[in-house]
Amino acid sequence: MRGYLVLRVVAKIIVPFMLLFALYVQFHGDFGPGGGFQAGVIAAAAIIFYALIFGLPAARRVVPDRVVESGIAAGVLVYAGVGVAGLLLGGNYLDYFVLDPDPVSGQHRGIFWVEAGVFITVSSVMLKIFYMFAGRQRKGDDG
Amino acid sequence: MMAVVATAMVVQRNLFAVVVLGGIYSFLMATALVALDAVDVAMTEASVGAGISTVLLLGALHLVRGDEARPLGRPWFPLAVSIAAGGVLVYGTLGLSAFSDADAPIHRHVAPRYIEQAMKETGVPNVVTAVLASYRGYDTLGETTVVFTAGIGVIALLRQRRRKDRDRK
Repeated sequence: MRGYLVLRVVAKIIVPFMLLFALYVQFHGDFGPGGGFQAGVIAAAAIIFYALIFGLPAARRVVPDRVVESGIAAGVLVYAGVGVAGLLLGGNYLDYFVLDPDPVSGQHRGIFWVEAGVFITVSSVMLKIFYMFAGRQRKGDDG
Repeated sequence: MMAVVATAMVVQRNLFAVVVLGGIYSFLMATALVALDAVDVAMTEASVGAGISTVLLLGALHLVRGDEARPLGRPWFPLAVSIAAGGVLVYGTLGLSAFSDADAPIHRHVAPRYIEQAMKETGVPNVVTAVLASYRGYDTLGETTVVFTAGIGVIALLRQRRRKDRDRK
């Protein structure tokens, strides 16, 4: 689809806003609908959209496979790490109250990192699955 | 309307149309969830069900032929199993309490405590986020691990295929 001028221009305009919306959903999840899972999917969708318009190699240059693959594991490690941090600070596993002297901000901190872990894993996995499927066929990414 | 779309999906033999109908079904489901005031779930349904999975299925469709193969035999046994399972599920719903019944057991167990205490204990106005990330942190960790496993599974399956291709050459 690289030949369509309108699509390319629109994609260039929209993709940053999609990523911004993903971050909004991520960090506003405490107050409105949304959270790590939805935000991760939206962020992955933005990159997939970019890949559909500009081709898979272009998307792979923006977000290389190594980053995606390490993200898959890193998210789960961040999530589990929050639990271990709670253990080290003298609480139970995934106990957020001990993360900060003030229990409520401890909860905030815990939820923030847990959502970050979900975001990283979900967006990486979605993107990796797309890369895998689209990469099987040379023509698959511009059809 | 969702029943119409589901029936069309069963009848339709062109897989491309089935994928698009699946996306339509997901959007209808998302609207139903918004009507039920479950905005977080509706958002997930719209982004995952209608968005990502449609794209992934279309990507998979590139690798296979676009039409469903004719079944080899008459699928009477699977049909009987589906009808039996569906019947049991419908029978199960008869035992549920009425829709939006405030006295239903599910609303009297831990839900009132979450709704009353979540703001005080976690300082997060969105109860869904508080329950998901804090009270039910173990569940969400498990869900994240499931997503992780899915990604690893896809990598394992498709990488293997590629190596075999190279061996054949």
